Parts: sequence; structure tokens; C-alpha cells
Amino acid sequence: MWKTILRRLLIMIPQLIILSLLVFLLAKMMPGDPFSGSINPNTDPKQIEALRRAAGLYDPWYVQYFRWVGNLFHGDLGTSYIQHVPVTSLIADRASNTFWLSLLTTILTYSIAIPLGITSGRHQDQWQDTSVRIFNYITLATPGFVFYILGLWLFGFTLGWFPISGSVSASASGFWGVLGSRIYHMILPAILYALITTTGTVQYLRTGIVDNKVEDYVRTARSKGVPENIVFHKHILRNSLLPIAAFLGNTITGLLSGSMIIESVFSYPGMGKLFLDSIGQRDYTTLTALILIFGILTLIGNLLSDIIMSIIDPRIRIQ
Amino acid sequence: MADKKEKATKQATKKDEKQKATLPPSGFKVAMREILRSKSALTALIIIIVILLFTFGGSLFLNRAQVTEMNIADSYYGWGEAGHLLGTDDGGRDILKLLIMGGRNSIMIGISVTVITEIVGLVVGLVSGYFGGAIDSVIMRIVDFIQILPQMPIIIVLTTVIPNYNAVTLVFLIAMFGWTTTARYFRSFVLSQRGRDYVLASKTSGSSNLQIMFREVLPNITSMIIIDVVLTIAGNIGIETSLSFLGYGLPSTTPSLGTLIGFANDPVNVINRPWLWLPATILLLVISLSINYVGQALQRAGDARQREN
Repeated sequence: MWKTILRRLLIMIPQLIILSLLVFLLAKMMPGDPFSGSINPNTDPKQIEALRRAAGLYDPWYVQYFRWVGNLFHGDLGTSYIQHVPVTSLIADRASNTFWLSLLTTILTYSIAIPLGITSGRHQDQWQDTSVRIFNYITLATPGFVFYILGLWLFGFTLGWFPISGSVSASASGFWGVLGSRIYHMILPAILYALITTTGTVQYLRTGIVDNKVEDYVRTARSKGVPENIVFHKHILRNSLLPIAAFLGNTITGLLSGSMIIESVFSYPGMGKLFLDSIGQRDYTTLTALILIFGILTLIGNLLSDIIMSIIDPRIRIQ
Repeated sequence: MADKKEKATKQATKKDEKQKATLPPSGFKVAMREILRSKSALTALIIIIVILLFTFGGSLFLNRAQVTEMNIADSYYGWGEAGHLLGTDDGGRDILKLLIMGGRNSIMIGISVTVITEIVGLVVGLVSGYFGGAIDSVIMRIVDFIQILPQMPIIIVLTTVIPNYNAVTLVFLIAMFGWTTTARYFRSFVLSQRGRDYVLASKTSGSSNLQIMFREVLPNITSMIIIDVVLTIAGNIGIETSLSFLGYGLPSTTPSLGTLIGFANDPVNVINRPWLWLPATILLLVISLSINYVGQALQRAGDARQREN
């Protein structure tokens, strides 16, 4: 198993290198540099030129690239052209918000999807199955933002059950007060987001159960006289849950990439919102850093999925 | 036994299919038959046709410059006020007209992107799956890599960086990422076909690789192509409208459903001016639901046939 994991890690190295090259290229395509923000009629163009030269903006691209990568290893993602603060600190503030929203969404996704998948698979082609499939079809077909807006309109504005924006209310005080307010702000986006995300899990779980039901080992267990309940929970369900476990990494990755839309609809101050704010202000250093982070997180999510898969499914290891 | 008889008829139908397989429309005919058989799928199809007539037909009578012309004096009329059935937006533009044109644009973008991704994905998937080996691994590494890229952020940055950005650019930007899913989907199927008797037989009788790929393997996957096209169109409409909703899809002079829904970004509009964003939201919802319904109905039909074989 360690061999598989090691090999998988080695595959990641070229991916990381190409990703960094691509992000660097993208960064070079973006207009502006750290000094264009400080240009005003009184600045001497020659002085700016000198500053640019000193910062190495006229070096060959590979020199600039390696300098950039070197800085990355020191945790230096550059300085925001617009806000004039290190990008790392800008992102750190928002990253925790996105992390908590993603965590809550993940928990909700699985706590909704697993019971639905089980019901659907167990009562195949009965009314329970039909209703789960209708639900699944709706969540699959609806574009996320349409779903969020309708949810926000109904539960946030019309019924007023939940706050419509932000991550914590200004009046909240004390540890529990802040925590409560945070969860209160996250709950509606998290539920809506989780409902949209359940699709894959429900579908896979249902298919897994339906397929496993007719496997030989299930028939063997039944013919041995194992009670139906145990056949279902110990034999069928366990095997069907395996692929779901492996999806965890991909689910988390998916959540991060979708964070932009949910955070935009709910004005939730996370990384996705930071990205949109930065693009509005043309803050290209922050954008570059965020794209790199999104890319690396996706890589890690895929890695996590593959590792979980190799742990739970011995067949993968042999290949 | 009945089994045997069934097998015999199945072989006969297989033969028929093979004979028909050289004619591309056969897959389309099968798809139509499957839709007509299910009442709900037929309803969904009729809804799609009505929406297409409404948006594409309606657009024929509209002039883009006129529709997007600003007239501040007329801004924010409510439902049915001053002859505007769905009211007007902040620039005094008629929402109904914007809805018709926006619907057409969003559907057009969805279709255009799908045409590109299907062609590229199909060719790449065929080549990768048919040849296998080193070609396959190289192509699949590239596909893997593109799939780990953060698609939305990169598209958004590129929309702001590219000079002369327009609808065509947007189509290519979305397609740049979209083909990978299609390629992967077809590759796995072609991979399972390459060892089949008909491919080997054709090879022995001296057909070239290109002939086998496009004249023999391709017709066998027409029904898969149709399913994929239908579902991909829905997906791409979703991507375009999401981007336009965020403000980085179609340029502001080109109406899109996403831009109209984007009015809901302002809380004031959400509460007080639902006519701005609600019709577009509902239209997009109906489009997505009905296209996906037809796609899933086809998928179920396709699955059942595969299991039978």
C-alpha cells in the first residue's frame, strides 16, 4: 500500500510543476505590477523604472519564475497591488471562513445523502426509491446558483428565518455567542450547498446497493440463513459504502471550487468571495495566489481520494 | 427454452443494428423512439421545443440594439406597468425582451460549446481508447491535468485579461475545459470495444485504423453521443449562466439569463423588484430540468439496452 501511495505522490510532482508554470504564465498575462498602483502625476517615470528593474521585473522569465517559486516555499505569495498588504494575510482571514463552511457542508452532505442512498437502494423501484430519484434529479439538474437564490429568497428574505449575508453578526459577543452566530450564518448556505452536492453520493450508494444485492456472496449469506437485516447491514451496505468513502477527497475539492458562487450569493466572506472581490478590483497578485491555492487543494483532494481508495480496495494496490 | 429464442432474436436485432449502423441517423431514431415511448419525457421535450420557439422565434422580431438601449426615464416599471409585461430594469429595458434574447443567447452558447467539446472529446476519446498504450497514457495525463485546474477562476481571470473579449471567446474558454469530460467518457467505452470481434475482423480484412474508428466504432456509440450531447448542453448552459451571474460571462451588451438572474445580487432587487430576476430564474430552471429529464430518459434507455446485450 505504501508503494501505491508513494507512486501517487510522485505523480503529483510533475502536476505541481506544470500547475505552477501555468499560474505563473497567467500572472504574467495580467496587466500591472506592484508599482503601477503607486503611480501618480508627481512620480518620476524613471524612478518607477528603476524600482521595477530593482524588483527584477526585466529579468528573463525563468529567473522570475524560480524567484516566485522560491518565495512560495517561504510562504510569500506576494503583496497585493491594491490593498498593499501581504496576500498571505488577506487569504488567511478568508480561508478559515471557507474551511468552516466546507466542513459543515460536508457533514450535512453525508448526513443527507447516505440515508437517502440507503433508502433508495434498499427499496429499489418502490415509492421510496422513486421519491429519492425525483429529489436527486432535481438537485442534479438545477444549476447551483438558481437553487441558492431561490433558497435565499424564500428562507432568507421572505420567511426571514436566516441571515442573508455575512459570516458573523457584529453584535455577537463571547465564545458561544460568536460560535452560535457563525453557525447561524452558515446554516442556510451549507444546507442548500449540501443538497446540491448530495447527487453523486446518493447515486453511487444506490447503484452500489442495487448491484451488490445480486452478488454471489449475498446469495451465499442468505442461503446460510443469515438474517436479512444482517445481510443488508454487514454485507451489502459495507461494500456499497466503500466508494463513497473514497469520494470524500473529491467532494471537498468540489466544495472549494463551488465556493465562489455560494459565497457570492450569500455575501459570505470566504476565499471564493475574496477571488470575486479581487477580480473586481483587478488585484492580480491575490488572484494568482488564489488560483494556485485552488489548484493545489484540488490536487490534494484527488490524492486523498486515491489514497483512501487504495486503503479500502486492495484491487487498486495491485495495479 | 425461451432463453434461446430470445438470444436468437437478439442476434437478429444485433445484425439489423449493425447493418443500420453505417447510417448515422439510426442512433437518433432510437433516441426519438425512446422519448416518444415515455409520456413524461415527451412532455419535457415539448417544453424544450416551446422554449426554443419562444426564445429563438421571439428573437427574430427583436433588434438587439433596440432591446439593450438605455432609457432611464422608463426604469423600474413593475409587472405589467406601461405596457411592459414583465416590467423594466434599471436602464428602462423591457425584461420580457431581455428574457427572450437572453434565453436564446444562453441556449446558443450552451449548444456552441457542446458542439466543440463533443467533436474534440469524441476524436480524442476515440484515438485514446482505440490505440491505447503510450498514446492513451499521454492523452489521459493531459486530461487528468486539465481536470484538476480550477476551471471557474481561470475562466474568470481570462475574461478580464483577453483583449476584444466577446461571446465567441467565452465559448472557446468554456470549451477549453469541457472537452476533457467528454473525452474520458468516450475513451472508456471505446477501450471496451477495441477487443471486440467486429473490430478484430475489420482489422484482419485490412481496414485502416481511421476507417475502423470512424466507420465502425463510431456508429456503435451514436446513442451515447446523443445522451452526452443532451446532458452537456444543459451543463454548459449552467456554466455560462453561472459566469454571467457572477458578472464575468457574456459581455454586458449581450443579454443572458445569467445577467438577468444577477439582479438578485442586490438585496433591494430580491425583495422589491422580483420581476427583474424571477422570470429568468424560472426560465433557466425549466430549461435545465427539461433538458436533463430528456437526457436521463435517454440514458436509462441506453443503459437497459446495454444490460440486455
